[in-house]
Amino acid sequence: MHELGIVFHVIKQAEEVAEANKVQKVCKLTLEVGQVSGIELDYFRECFDWAIKKSKFMQECKLEIIVIEGITYCRTCKETYKTVEHGRICPFCGSKDTYLVVGDKVIIKDLEVI
Amino acid sequence: MAEKNVRTIVVNRSAYADNDLEASLLRKKLKEEGVFLVNVMSSPGSGKTTTLVRLINLLKDKYRIGVMEADIDSDIDALKVSEVTGVKSIQLHTSGMCHLDAGMTFDGLKAIDYKDLDLIFLENVGNLVCPAEFDAGAHLDITILSVPEGDDKPLKYPLIYQKCNLVIINKMDTLPYFTFSLEKCKENIRMRNENATIIPISAKTGEGSDKLVDYFIKSIQEFREEK
Repeated sequence: MHELGIVFHVIKQAEEVAEANKVQKVCKLTLEVGQVSGIELDYFRECFDWAIKKSKFMQECKLEIIVIEGITYCRTCKETYKTVEHGRICPFCGSKDTYLVVGDKVIIKDLEVI
Repeated sequence: MAEKNVRTIVVNRSAYADNDLEASLLRKKLKEEGVFLVNVMSSPGSGKTTTLVRLINLLKDKYRIGVMEADIDSDIDALKVSEVTGVKSIQLHTSGMCHLDAGMTFDGLKAIDYKDLDLIFLENVGNLVCPAEFDAGAHLDITILSVPEGDDKPLKYPLIYQKCNLVIINKMDTLPYFTFSLEKCKENIRMRNENATIIPISAKTGEGSDKLVDYFIKSIQEFREEK
């Protein structure tokens, strides 16, 4: 269900951009989805395809998703590693003193419009 | 082949950007009007409503309090809180959504006539994922974790512990019946959030509620003094 909430906000913002740019319609929306953003891609697409039917400019809009890999940095040994494979604990030195550098965001990258 | 007149508009904006903006405007507006908004988050069955009832009864002589109960459906919580505490309460239905966003919060505030109140509790939908993603515009975010849920909850749902100012550990009276280490639990919360205050309570027996009341009085005091 949280995918639906995010879809609504994505569409709302894309529609505002479309309106402001006086477009006829939006053909494609490119979205960057972080690997650890908690979004189920299949479910997100389903929600998107359902929700655009209620939109003004996005009735036939295609959704392109670019997955951004999750990367974590270790403060102890100063290495970076893949978040999904190793989680919070550094695979190089075993430290818990780590933080996520990238991969938790959902970004509307661009719109293809006519 | 792409159509000839297709052009690209670069957006580069977070999916949450509009909500984040709305939430910070709401927070500022309420601050100017002297209304302290508290967002209460937890999994279903952690004792949100019972905790609120106890807390409200201890604070209602000091502040004018209102409660907004968000649920996917039903108004059982709003009726219960209002009946037991006598404070004003309304039920917000999220129409199937698993969280409240800043827009829904503001709609609720208008419906409860917030300007006559000092302190408003927003009981978010029982869920540990989505309420953490959507800033509701509150001044204080609380996560309740109850003993039967286990001391490893902060490891499984990191974001909700990262996003809150206060973690209430509820149902401390059931500690003898569960394999739950308070120390381990605190350590797991600290891993996610070094700054959160942690207060163990039992909403049922009242254990720890004095500390909770002190925390609220202090937070509201600071909120009012802060420029």
